[in-house]
Amino acid sequence: MKAAVLVFPGSNCDRDLAMAFRNAGAEVTMVWHKDSALPEGVDVVGIPGGFSFGDYLRCGAIAARSPITRAVIEHTARGGYALGVCNGFQVLTETGVLPGALMRNAGLKFVCRPVPLTVETADSAFTAGYAKGQQIAIPVAHHDGNYVADADLVARLRAEDRIAFTYAEPINGATADIAGILSENRRVLGLMPHPERAAEPAHGNTDGAALFRSLLGALVPA
Amino acid sequence: MKARVHVMLKDGVLDPQGEAVRHALGTLGFEGVGGVRQGKVIDLDLDATDRTAAEARVREMCEKLLANTVIERYDIEIV
Repeated sequence: MKAAVLVFPGSNCDRDLAMAFRNAGAEVTMVWHKDSALPEGVDVVGIPGGFSFGDYLRCGAIAARSPITRAVIEHTARGGYALGVCNGFQVLTETGVLPGALMRNAGLKFVCRPVPLTVETADSAFTAGYAKGQQIAIPVAHHDGNYVADADLVARLRAEDRIAFTYAEPINGATADIAGILSENRRVLGLMPHPERAAEPAHGNTDGAALFRSLLGALVPA
Repeated sequence: MKARVHVMLKDGVLDPQGEAVRHALGTLGFEGVGGVRQGKVIDLDLDATDRTAAEARVREMCEKLLANTVIERYDIEIV
């Protein structure tokens, strides 16, 4: 199983994400934003958290137009897997790979703490290690995590079972308390919480580990 | 030729920053401010000489980068 983790100027969770993939058994390559191609045979691309390009213009906006991101869009269009965490989720919405947008938190505060999440679907390679309805605790650390979607989009996400995680209590004003969503083919997940920060015993919480384990399990050649 | 792009949140999209500014104005004693919306102004210096072509080009820039049309609308002023 090969994973690539993107590195933009201002990414700060790239190594954490790489570690989580490695601990789950993946071979990980770090890929610089100016590269225009992903390494040969990459199964999953990790787009890390952080403040790519200083959040200039809009969070994730510049990263979404970087050379490597064009390669990621092609990868997902071919049915490749991708995981965008926090700023990575913002990048995925900015590219249009995932619908909706992420705005400034409704309370204007930077929210940085573990939050309770509800697993809304177990039907994806990312969430198969959880049970639908299960409650887990995963840290968030964001200023712009307020997911905005109009009523039609929310209805579509619900009908297609594409809401992966919701906040069990409102934290940032997100529409329908949405914390993470899946692409139409269920192979791209974007989420604001940081599962890679709750992925080994030393973190004091391993609720995020199942996401990486089940993803890697799904991608190991049978 | 210069172009000025105004980017604003679409009507109906809650603007938490505008709301915070509205509250602060109230605190300072400015009454009667029903609402505040905060946006961005982007000035562009263009080589173009043709007004219509320039506007079309800036529109493309807005669609591709300067605005996120999921939540924002934009106006272009050629000056």
